[in-house]
Amino acid sequence: MQRRAEIQDDLLRKLFRLEQAKMTAVLFRHFGLQHMEVAEDIVSETFLKATESWRMTGIPENPEAWLYVVGKNKAKDYLKRVALFESQIKEQLTSGRSEQAEEPDFDQQTITDSQLAMIFTVCNPVNSQEAQICLALQILCGFSIAEIAAAFLTQTETIKKRLLRARNKLRGEGFQISQLSDSALVLRLDTVLRTLYLLFNEGYFSSSGKQLIRSELCAEAIRLTLLLVENPQTSTDQCNALLALMCFQSSRFEARINKAGENILFEQQDKQLWNRELIERGNFYLVNACSGNSVSKYHLEAGIAYWHTVPDTGNKWNTILQLYNQLLLIEYTPLTALNRTFAFSRVYGKEQAICEAEKLGLEELNDYHALLGYLYADIEISSAIIHYQKAIKLTSSNIEKSALTKELERLKRITNEK
Amino acid sequence: MKEFVLIFRHSSNGHMAPTAEQLQERMNWLASIAAQNKLADKGKALSANLAKTVRPDGVITDGPYTEIKEFINGFIIVRTETIDEAVAFAQSNPILKAGGNVEVRAILTPGEKDH
Repeated sequence: MQRRAEIQDDLLRKLFRLEQAKMTAVLFRHFGLQHMEVAEDIVSETFLKATESWRMTGIPENPEAWLYVVGKNKAKDYLKRVALFESQIKEQLTSGRSEQAEEPDFDQQTITDSQLAMIFTVCNPVNSQEAQICLALQILCGFSIAEIAAAFLTQTETIKKRLLRARNKLRGEGFQISQLSDSALVLRLDTVLRTLYLLFNEGYFSSSGKQLIRSELCAEAIRLTLLLVENPQTSTDQCNALLALMCFQSSRFEARINKAGENILFEQQDKQLWNRELIERGNFYLVNACSGNSVSKYHLEAGIAYWHTVPDTGNKWNTILQLYNQLLLIEYTPLTALNRTFAFSRVYGKEQAICEAEKLGLEELNDYHALLGYLYADIEISSAIIHYQKAIKLTSSNIEKSALTKELERLKRITNEK
Repeated sequence: MKEFVLIFRHSSNGHMAPTAEQLQERMNWLASIAAQNKLADKGKALSANLAKTVRPDGVITDGPYTEIKEFINGFIIVRTETIDEAVAFAQSNPILKAGGNVEVRAILTPGEKDH
């Protein structure tokens, strides 16, 4: 019984989160950014009512429809109250425009349009990338402040403040969300894609944080990117490439972490655990992404991820190396430099790769020493040991520490046996 | 950090029919600089065919060729602490093996005196 109640709670939590996000989007767009709080009050009242009455009567057959009826009624009530206030008290004080008197619609098209409009509203460069991701999680994905704090391993107070500041900035910007013109979309799309990319990475790569919340971040990033891909105005090559990348990466989500929560190296992953369906989706979007001549970093990263899913028929690592080469010319990141060096070692051998690696000058990065430890392991065990020790010292993740220590112990045993 | 232009010169046109291996070697070389975050500008490859040289008195000749029959194939800009570091990059460029050479020149910042 206990178990069933838990499953039901979890289902409700997910349903609420998604529906809350949709309803908020529609109401935000309807009432305008100046009245974010009104929209949010209506949404939270609606879901409070749902929690209370569903506990008594059970979940209705069509929970979404139930929620929209209640939400619409609450919006109507609000508008009535405002109208009363306007006609009786405010009339002589102001002549300016007030809330739209129309009630919001919750049909499928409005929901989709509103969500798209909200994606473009939230991903506004007036806010830092971090703040944009927090806003996206709250407004677009329906995460609670506590859930966002858990995802970032940050205090709830910090997140609260960050969100407050970000919302004030958004309001100050006065970005029009009722209509999105083509030019506004084009100007903003890069920022939007970047934020969704980082949202996905936050879930996929952060070495801390709970597995559950991490997979939910990835799922949300995919859901939002899919909204963009399904809309002809925003379904650009870059957008398709980003979605392909997310599909390829996600296909390995289960395979790359063992039961203890430790990362499993790519080569040791059980390929049976790879999600074929996601790989095929990835292939589909990658083909769509190549309709024009544009090559973005999302194309290259998706290409790299694609090549990781296919067996090595001789040219695999060379192709991956070339893709990393191009990626570095578009954008340098230390991680790309390290990954490129790993691919280099697969093509030209570990000895040459050590020369390349040692030029990188990333002494303060744990991953740099982990890579050198790996490259030296078969060549010069004493150097490998030193690098693994440095890597262990530098890493803050316990999971990674234990994986590195295991390797270090193995090398030490070999040295002792000699 | 200072910026240096690496100018690639050769007496033959390296862009006419490069082999896959040649292209890959060049790309590896370039990416190796980028991997060190020292590539300021990936530069441009220059055509030796669609090229003219314009001289005083309305004289225009085909090709980029100077008297010594050596011309510029392309350039990149690197960002390094010293010129020696830039020279070290140049020394590992594949054009040297093929008989070409690389000129390394510091970029002067606006207002900087060249002495």
